[in-house]
Amino acid sequence: MVMIKHFISLEWKAFFRSPSLKTNLFFKILLGFGALWMIVTFLLLGFGVFFIIRDKFHKDPIVVFNDFLVFYVVFDLVFRYFLQKMPIVNIRPLLYLPIKKAKVIHFALNKTMLSFFNIVHAFLFIPFSVVLLIEGYPIFSVLGWFMAIMALVFCNNFINVFVNSKDVVFYAVLGVIIVFGLLLYYELFDVTLFTAPVFQSFYDVPYLALTPFIVLVLLYKIAFKYFRNHFYLDGGLSKKIEVVKSEDFAWLNRFGSVSTFLKNDIRLLKRNKRSKTTLLMSALFLFYGLMFFTNSIEAYKGPFWRIFAGIFVSGGFLFSFGQFVPSWDSAYYPLMMSQNIRYKAYISSKWYLMVIATIISTILSVFYLYFGWQAYAAILVGAIYNIGVNSHIVLWGGAYIKTPIDLTSNRKAFGDKKAFNAKTLLLTLPKLVLPMVLYAIGHFTLGETFGFALVAICGVAGFLFKNKVFNVIEKVYKSEKYKTLAAYKQNN
Amino acid sequence: MIISTNLSKTYNSKQVLNIESLEIPKGQSFGLVGNNGAGKTTFFSLLLDLIQPSKGHIKNNGVQVDKSEDWKPFTSAFIDESFLIGYLTPEEYFYFIGELRGQNKADVDALISQFKDFFHDEILNQKKYLRDLSKGNQKKVGIVAALIGNPEVIILDEPFANLDPTTQIRLKSIIKNLAEKQGVTVLVSSHDLLHVTDVCERIVVLDKGEIAKDLVTSEATLKELEAHFTG
Repeated sequence: MVMIKHFISLEWKAFFRSPSLKTNLFFKILLGFGALWMIVTFLLLGFGVFFIIRDKFHKDPIVVFNDFLVFYVVFDLVFRYFLQKMPIVNIRPLLYLPIKKAKVIHFALNKTMLSFFNIVHAFLFIPFSVVLLIEGYPIFSVLGWFMAIMALVFCNNFINVFVNSKDVVFYAVLGVIIVFGLLLYYELFDVTLFTAPVFQSFYDVPYLALTPFIVLVLLYKIAFKYFRNHFYLDGGLSKKIEVVKSEDFAWLNRFGSVSTFLKNDIRLLKRNKRSKTTLLMSALFLFYGLMFFTNSIEAYKGPFWRIFAGIFVSGGFLFSFGQFVPSWDSAYYPLMMSQNIRYKAYISSKWYLMVIATIISTILSVFYLYFGWQAYAAILVGAIYNIGVNSHIVLWGGAYIKTPIDLTSNRKAFGDKKAFNAKTLLLTLPKLVLPMVLYAIGHFTLGETFGFALVAICGVAGFLFKNKVFNVIEKVYKSEKYKTLAAYKQNN
Repeated sequence: MIISTNLSKTYNSKQVLNIESLEIPKGQSFGLVGNNGAGKTTFFSLLLDLIQPSKGHIKNNGVQVDKSEDWKPFTSAFIDESFLIGYLTPEEYFYFIGELRGQNKADVDALISQFKDFFHDEILNQKKYLRDLSKGNQKKVGIVAALIGNPEVIILDEPFANLDPTTQIRLKSIIKNLAEKQGVTVLVSSHDLLHVTDVCERIVVLDKGEIAKDLVTSEATLKELEAHFTG
């Protein structure tokens, strides 16, 4: 008991004394709202879904539930893989203290049981089970079924402990799900025919609910053993060291003095967790336009929203990468500042990177032609505007943002409150609102072609200011140098 | 080569460095010693224009460092791991620094080949990123990178810390060679009095940001330093 008190107080201090407490707190609160929203949805669903299935689809709710439970359980696993944090990280300093290793591991594993990802399911299944009882379903059957599912949820918790350490397992699982999902969708093979009876049996024969509990205990034992055996600095607690090859990207030398930085930036993007997330996000932006061009969202039906979509589809990378220049280099900013750096070349390299990415995105989004030439034209002029105007604005705004980036972790990858200050907000006006207004002017006077032309002309015109803007950015970098260095130092 | 005049640095009314006058001639191997918080790193950061002086200024080869950037081409430094780029391999890092300092690949290769002994087969062709190297090996990379491009002034903060004995001895001969044979001005700081007296012609003791002693190294220097720090 004393030990557990110690552990808890350590966790408490780790949170409240962390240098990024404010951002942590901010995100915890944000997460809290997200969690609350999920709980409420699950509660409503838990109470309501019985009647929806019975009254609208005229089926037995529990049978329908059992049909889909397999997907529920598996999606829970996928969800956890991305979001649930594993507890193993903080036990390093406890290794050489006079605490039994077994105790530390039990604590770490038990802590995962209290996770939101386990508890949230109760908000769905408890009300659903209560409704079942009220509707006169037999109490032992419902109880057995409920217990079995909760046990399975906790099984997922421990499976995730393993999956988290082996990406291969995860992608294999994901692959299997997608295949079965597609087979079901095209009515080729229905995996639920095999799994539904399993879930049904927990209901029909309540004492079978013991089996998932046995599995749960076994999984706990295995997880315990796994960590007990890997509880060494060079075992499970060590960070993985990748085997890598030097790459010299000699073909980039044609870019002259810019190439020095361009090579490094490409390595930066390829080799760090955080930048890989940014790449993934910009890939997702490619599909953002679907929300607009499929007319699926009522609010986005105005014609000028096309431009909004076009700018985001072609500029996903430009925005998510560009707004953090020069923070990408924060870890070694003192080096950059004491080296013989040609700022122009440094900024140009980031600019080239954004331009290349914008062009690639524009080519990849050619599938929008399916929604008519207007859709692709919007993306095309969006790209021109991005290259000509937004690339400059994004770099300019970035020069004022002094948030250090930890390349090796994904924390804050989805935004940072410091990045949302008055200056950056003000900059969204020329980034997004101006092209939309320009298009609207054209669209409602001479027609959509004129609207597109206006935006494109504005983009080309912006291109002419490239040198001027670079000079301004260079000045900002110089005048803000000491402040930036000091700010980057704080988290390093 | 380096002249600092009326230099002082103050944080929230607490003075961390106050050097009335310090002149380091070209080709001198200059050692800076002092307890934690004595102002060694502060002085080096001022010299590299990483922080702004509260008063006074430093001139490096006639260039006032906080006014012009012309000191950069002939000055290099390794202060701490923030001078390393974690996601590069050592080779890539050397070439990157080389390109910034106007050296092509062959030049860099020629230079680093001289340090085979120093690297002890743990740096080159290891298929690892810098962030995955041990602290000592990271330091070796940083120090050698500071030698790329024939700098005239080299600044090394605590170069001996974290290094194994063999490497410390090798590093000492590298530093001596730079100052004596190549006329490079080398500035090192250290907590190890023995190493500094071995390597440096001149040793300045900092105490709470002020110069407590300015010694030309001789037989008696080590004793004198030990006496100073014994208090």
